[in-house]
Amino acid sequence: MSMIASLALTLPELILSTGALLLLLVAAWGGDGSSRLISWASVALLAIAGLSLGCANGVAFDGLYKADAFSNFAKALVYAAAAVSILIAPRFFEARGAMRAEYPILILLSSVGMGMMVSATDLLTLYVGLELQSLAAYVLASFMRRDSRSAEAGLKYFVLGALASGILLYGISLLYGFTGTTQFGGVATALGDGISHGELFGLVFVMAGLAFKISAVPFHMWTPDVYEGAPTPVTAFFASAPKVAAMALLVRIAVDAMGPATSSWQQIVIFAALASTILGGVAAIGQVNIKRLLAYSSINNVGFALFGLAAGTPDGVAATMSYMAVYIVMTLGSFLCVLQMRNAAGDAVEDIASLSGLSRTRPGLAAAFAIFMFSLAGIPPLFGFWPKFLVFDALVAIGLWPLAMIGIATSVIGAFYYLKIVKTMYFDEPAPAYAPSASRMENGLIALSAVAVSPLGYLAIPLLGALSMAAARALF
Amino acid sequence: MIGIQHYLVVSAILFAIGVFGIFLNRKNVIIILMAIELILLSVNLNFVAFSAYLHDLVGQVFAMFVLTVAAGEAAIGLAILVIYFRGRGTIAVDDINRMKG
Repeated sequence: MSMIASLALTLPELILSTGALLLLLVAAWGGDGSSRLISWASVALLAIAGLSLGCANGVAFDGLYKADAFSNFAKALVYAAAAVSILIAPRFFEARGAMRAEYPILILLSSVGMGMMVSATDLLTLYVGLELQSLAAYVLASFMRRDSRSAEAGLKYFVLGALASGILLYGISLLYGFTGTTQFGGVATALGDGISHGELFGLVFVMAGLAFKISAVPFHMWTPDVYEGAPTPVTAFFASAPKVAAMALLVRIAVDAMGPATSSWQQIVIFAALASTILGGVAAIGQVNIKRLLAYSSINNVGFALFGLAAGTPDGVAATMSYMAVYIVMTLGSFLCVLQMRNAAGDAVEDIASLSGLSRTRPGLAAAFAIFMFSLAGIPPLFGFWPKFLVFDALVAIGLWPLAMIGIATSVIGAFYYLKIVKTMYFDEPAPAYAPSASRMENGLIALSAVAVSPLGYLAIPLLGALSMAAARALF
Repeated sequence: MIGIQHYLVVSAILFAIGVFGIFLNRKNVIIILMAIELILLSVNLNFVAFSAYLHDLVGQVFAMFVLTVAAGEAAIGLAILVIYFRGRGTIAVDDINRMKG
């Protein structure tokens, strides 16, 4: 395949990376005063890149990169989440005098990395994409550099993220050495004729490194600290886009490269899924900080999404992808609500107690927050129930019903703390009211995501089902 | 005769030292950065050894990529460490505890 044809396949990444570099020049000349302009330009770039998805499908650069239904599905989710994280940032940072023109550019570069991750069909592209995403994310976590909590979040994220990359890389080197190739297809062929000890070690290390990136237990310990310390728009970004990208990467490498070794990685995924749902549910109960609670909630949800992968069937993979699609809407909505939590002086408050009696002071916000909480808990009339159903359905279909039963039991534990927030908002004595919301765009985004996860979301099932099934079929 | 297994053992030892360096060290974040470098170098040793053993260039290309990324990673790590030090006046590992739970 010629160079031009390969470049045409990577069009979304080309748009984003050249756009990000040009905007970086604008930022260098325009200074922080141009940050609003750069934010809108970045959102436009993400939209253009999103529209260019699906123009061409195929393998580029001799099997380093692949554009298919699966990568398009994941990229659409990633770009949407990245655009929302850019839109909500200027008002948050300007209130603290910390808005910088580099913020949207870092998100764009991170999105390029995530696009490479979900399109990778070679261990080398996988590694480079993952690092591009991670390096931008470390900087984003410590973006409020005068705030010691933000700096601490960045430091913790960096140290543990670099360790995870190291573990992943060690696994990659073993896989390369014992299979003799870095291409996913070649690795699958080599694993097809029995797994040697070296290959098994490599597989386990790669799985561990990726579990870290999706913050699955037992590699979740960085998540609560980083989510609490990072600025709220950045936390919203961390909880949505990189999760989808890392999950998609995990699915692709598990199915594409390690497909013949399914029985080996299946036990790892089952353990991570069970441990994540249980720990995510139990550890969230005692939390008083809402961002910390949502961090445990994201661990919990990643566990449910992993159940789909644990099934190892096209249905299971489709369920995982649907789960991630609904999950980012719910989680972005929740973080948009957290952004509205400001006291009368305009400072952000993060303790759950301050939500008391929100239904009387801000009925609309309370209703939206309640919808997100019920939906995250998976309570039936809301859309959050549907992907949970799909995931467990895929498990039952291959006879893993004991696992489905435990999963449903853990979702009951999770329901406890989600409902506790609803109780705080609706039945407790009102706490001092929050400052009124000044942003019509944020209110609009909250309303939009609340409608999407309300029972009206069921109208999207045929579309979501068809897209996620096409994505899963692209892998098998 | 030094074979592939000798390289693998050395690199496994280096990797283990790096991982323990991150978890057992209670003193200084700079030591953690050094431990991360040690992990990446052990991986590079693996890649180059396998590349020579398999007569395949991909491993050496991969090692060059790892070196490049490691340089970027170290730069970002040091930058974050500098802003952390400005805010807190210390880089002792035991003091990184503003958030817990």
